[in-house]
Amino acid sequence: MDATILLILVQDGVVNGAIYALLALSLVLVFAVTRVIFIPQGEFVAYGALTYAALDTGQLPGSVWLLCGLGLAACVCGLWQQRRTLTAGATTRLVLQTVVLPAAITALAAFVAPRKPGVLIEALLALAIVTPMAPYLYRVAFQALAEASVLVLLIAAVGVHLAMVGLGLVFFGPEGSRATGFSDAVLSFGALTVQGQALWIVGLTVVLMGALYGFFEFTLFGKALRATAVNRLGARLVGIATAQSGVIAFTLAGAIGALSGVLIAPLTTVYYDTGFLVGLKGFTAAIIGGLASYPAAALAAILVGIVESFSSFWASAFKEVIVFTVIIPVLLWRSLRSTAVEEDE
Amino acid sequence: MRVLWPLPALALCVVLPWVPGVPVFWVTLLNYIGISAIVVIGLVVLTGIGGMTSFGQASFVGFGAYTTAILSTQYAVSPWLALAAAIAVSAVAALLIGAITLRLSGHYLALGTLAWGVSLYYTFANLDFFGRNDGISRIPPLDVFGTKLIDGRLYFTVIWVGVVLACLATGNLLDSRAGRAIRALRGGALAAASFGVDTLRARMLAFVYAAMLAAFAGWLYAHMQRSVNPTPFGLNASIEYLFMAVVGGAAHVPGALLGAGLVTIVNDRLQDILPKLFGAQGSFETIVFGAILVAVLQAAPEGVWPHLARIRLQRHRVRPDAPPLPVRAPAPRGTPILEVAGLHKTFGGLTAVNNIAFSVAAGEIVGLIGPNGAGKSTTFNLLTGVTAPSAGSVRFAGQPLIGLPARTIARLGIARTFQHVKLVASMSVIENVAIGAHLRGHASALDGLLRLDRAEEARLFAEAARQLARVGLADAADRPATSLALGQQRIVEIARALCLDPVLLLLDEPAAGLRHNEKAELATLLRRLREEGVAILLVEHDMDFVMNLTDRLVVMDFGTKLAEGPAETVRNDPAVIEAYLGSVA
Amino acid sequence: MKILEIDAVSVAYGGIPAVTGISLSVEAGSIVTVIGPNGAGKSTLLNAIMGVLPAGGVIRFQGQPIGGTNIEARVQAGMSLVPERRELFATMSVEDNLRLGGFRFRADGHAAAARELERIFSLFPRLKERRRQEAGTLSGGERQMLAMGRALMARPRLLMLDEPSLGLAPLIVRDIFHTITELRGTGVAILLVEQNARAALQVADRGYVLETGRVTLEGDSATLAADHRIVEMYLGQVRG
Repeated sequence: MDATILLILVQDGVVNGAIYALLALSLVLVFAVTRVIFIPQGEFVAYGALTYAALDTGQLPGSVWLLCGLGLAACVCGLWQQRRTLTAGATTRLVLQTVVLPAAITALAAFVAPRKPGVLIEALLALAIVTPMAPYLYRVAFQALAEASVLVLLIAAVGVHLAMVGLGLVFFGPEGSRATGFSDAVLSFGALTVQGQALWIVGLTVVLMGALYGFFEFTLFGKALRATAVNRLGARLVGIATAQSGVIAFTLAGAIGALSGVLIAPLTTVYYDTGFLVGLKGFTAAIIGGLASYPAAALAAILVGIVESFSSFWASAFKEVIVFTVIIPVLLWRSLRSTAVEEDE
Repeated sequence: MRVLWPLPALALCVVLPWVPGVPVFWVTLLNYIGISAIVVIGLVVLTGIGGMTSFGQASFVGFGAYTTAILSTQYAVSPWLALAAAIAVSAVAALLIGAITLRLSGHYLALGTLAWGVSLYYTFANLDFFGRNDGISRIPPLDVFGTKLIDGRLYFTVIWVGVVLACLATGNLLDSRAGRAIRALRGGALAAASFGVDTLRARMLAFVYAAMLAAFAGWLYAHMQRSVNPTPFGLNASIEYLFMAVVGGAAHVPGALLGAGLVTIVNDRLQDILPKLFGAQGSFETIVFGAILVAVLQAAPEGVWPHLARIRLQRHRVRPDAPPLPVRAPAPRGTPILEVAGLHKTFGGLTAVNNIAFSVAAGEIVGLIGPNGAGKSTTFNLLTGVTAPSAGSVRFAGQPLIGLPARTIARLGIARTFQHVKLVASMSVIENVAIGAHLRGHASALDGLLRLDRAEEARLFAEAARQLARVGLADAADRPATSLALGQQRIVEIARALCLDPVLLLLDEPAAGLRHNEKAELATLLRRLREEGVAILLVEHDMDFVMNLTDRLVVMDFGTKLAEGPAETVRNDPAVIEAYLGSVA
Repeated sequence: MKILEIDAVSVAYGGIPAVTGISLSVEAGSIVTVIGPNGAGKSTLLNAIMGVLPAGGVIRFQGQPIGGTNIEARVQAGMSLVPERRELFATMSVEDNLRLGGFRFRADGHAAAARELERIFSLFPRLKERRRQEAGTLSGGERQMLAMGRALMARPRLLMLDEPSLGLAPLIVRDIFHTITELRGTGVAILLVEQNARAALQVADRGYVLETGRVTLEGDSATLAADHRIVEMYLGQVRG
């Protein structure tokens, strides 16, 4: 192996690692706020990529119908859950959020898609289509389980994952897609050539992390989310509703997932079930970070990306085995550090 | 009755597939149900009862299936010999994986299993040794006295005899000393450890046992299909097994059968019906499957079985004539048992316990009292090794106690009760009490599985019954522990502590929630224990109760010792009166 | 006007009653205390009123029945609870804790929030000194002040305090009770649960005595303070 290959592998690793870092951050966020281990994160990646790819070819993506369906389901669930305390204002808000919004997005997509408005508009539209599905899912699947144990929530998350993979096949079909990148520029720095798309990915990741930092540090809603993560009862006692925090956390996770999908769509062929493995690598990073620390998770994600690119060079068949085995020494280290068996919740 | 059900069940295993009118298709379906049920029974022990979620159970099925596939195709080993190898390989793998992950708390364990489940799947799919994605075919069928079991109806008997055996073995295990240790995990690891249960070992036992059952199912699967490939051992299969356990009722062995049956049949029907409804494209069954899973969790988180059968706890027939367990030689009265000196604890700059010193001797009752927030509970936790002190020493019969794990402290003869009652809800009163005698029994898990532990079990339960009678709860022995009033649950905890044959008894608010006459009975019991030479330290709020019972009182306020001495002296101490009534604002 | 009225409220943990048939009321702008020994159910009662625990019976706030609503709705209606364990946001700054206390007025904008913050700082000057410090690093007394300040940021009509003197040194207890009397002038009604009976009865207008889940005595504070049964309750029956 010479220096060029080494640099290429590192570059690959950093680019993939950046995506894993985004996913790891949103997994940590969702877990801290709602205690849900968000297994369906990967499906948002796949949905984002495939929606973007469909828009890229000038088609109306199948996911708009899924968006409308999930919105309706969330509306019905919301009405049922609040049936005793429902006010006219709350009903209007719910209908606006879950019925009118998806209908508007669908109409917009149907109008814009055939006109091929260019990659940036298409990317934004893909985000608009995929992101709202996350809060709808929260309302349908997790809100009623808000007080359940982490394990019950985890099993429910797995159920949602299964359903979403199946729905992905229905709405996107079994064929994979690949989309146009944000940039086809190729830059050279001495021996190293860098693709424009790679710069987009790393750049957007850094920007997004900065934005998330600002959101948590400087806005009242960001602080409310942190407060929920730090002390659930305390947050409720100042009037921060668990359900509201859950909706916000899921919305962020959905947006991050969809964006990751949009970013990787030009790099690799994405199928309806590709997301799961991508998401799982975000997980590995999140677990290494202990499901608590954002910087640790982000660093771990870069590490996972680099391990992956090196193992696909040396032993590509065992790429996945190696990546997921990385977790074991980390778990071992954690287990040796903990003096007693921790109590379950 | 309990002993007799396997006989008709076994007869049914042989006869059912040959009953005229039973379609072969149903026999095939039942074969799949049986294999799944064996895996799920393991999950019931691991997840439902032991509280550990595994997303990697299918890979243990894979270990079993691949072991027998490789041995019987490449080395021509008899499938029956390969069964032993399959189970052993799986058990060793479980020991290794368990050593890494079992010390972690719930969801880390679950995620760990998820990760190694995925890695093992790709290992099966990418190594030539496992035949890569194509797997291994031409596995020989099972052979009984020269008859090859190729017909599904013959194989039905093998599978369902296996299911009956798995049910029997699991029932035996859960009803043994080792099984009670696993069940005790549900009452909190701390409570279990305080009575000498090695919680890590109990978790490992559940994990390895579940892996062995999974390997057995894998072996059955390999010789039924006669070929193996990685797909049925992937993550989705693991999830499906977990789903079966959740649907059936994860805490109940019959729930495993029910869940395996329901999920397999519904899956089969869905695969039939859905394509007709929605057309061929799309895996509609996964969608419906996922949706049902979430709906079941929302509607019946404890599964279907508890709704069908009113869960009745098994009655324990106590044999009062069983020879009593050996007891410790009592310490002579007045021997110093517990000596606390300079005990200090700060939490982030706040002093919770400040330089506390006192002692308790054999045959003495000492009360630790003080208003709310005075530091009594913290002191109690320092004595029992739950939290580590910032400074100071605690000695038990001359031996330093600080730094010892709860399990070792129990072994020395220190028994405790908890301020927040820690009984196992799914166990009867007498079973909970029997956990207290854990260290006085020696039967291994294997003894339990094979029912070689009956004589010892009879002695343990006779002891538990004796202690229950002593605290006046003999009538409640077979009731679910949490059906008692809170005050009585505290008394059950005392009976459990007495089963340890303690030298020192640490009681955290034993009289809370008791009625007047119950308090009087408790006081009588504690006085009797004092006569027998037991040293007793109790934390209590009820002044009336401690005033008439204790030899000495230690009064705490703001983490410091306010007063110490006989009840009468302490009661008239102006500082104590001030502390209890509050200062003038 | 009665700001809070509860009638026959009962709470049970897993079928075992913790408080039974409690009825009490709080007049607008008054201080009412519930005293009683440990384990009598005082905290349970407050948690039930706040909606932290499900309860049977009728709970009216400003004349409206609120029994079926959740905690957030009760905060929105104007109730605040300072719980026994304070439940602060330990890894966040004092100022963030306070700002989140005003979460229900998030639409009012920055200026209003800053004004409220200054009001709390004038009530608890110590908090202003420590505004950048993490809540988890505060001393016990400061934590109690922060918990009260956070609750007051929601500008409640009814403030419920659960054992504010718990584990605090006498000097700080005096400060806290001084603040409670100061609050009386601002129009907020206070429901105070205390084990420090003497101090509580001194600031309160009315008192209720809770024993093993039931109200055994009630009346105006002065009368209760003179009742010999209170002394007995704390130090056990004196046998003659």
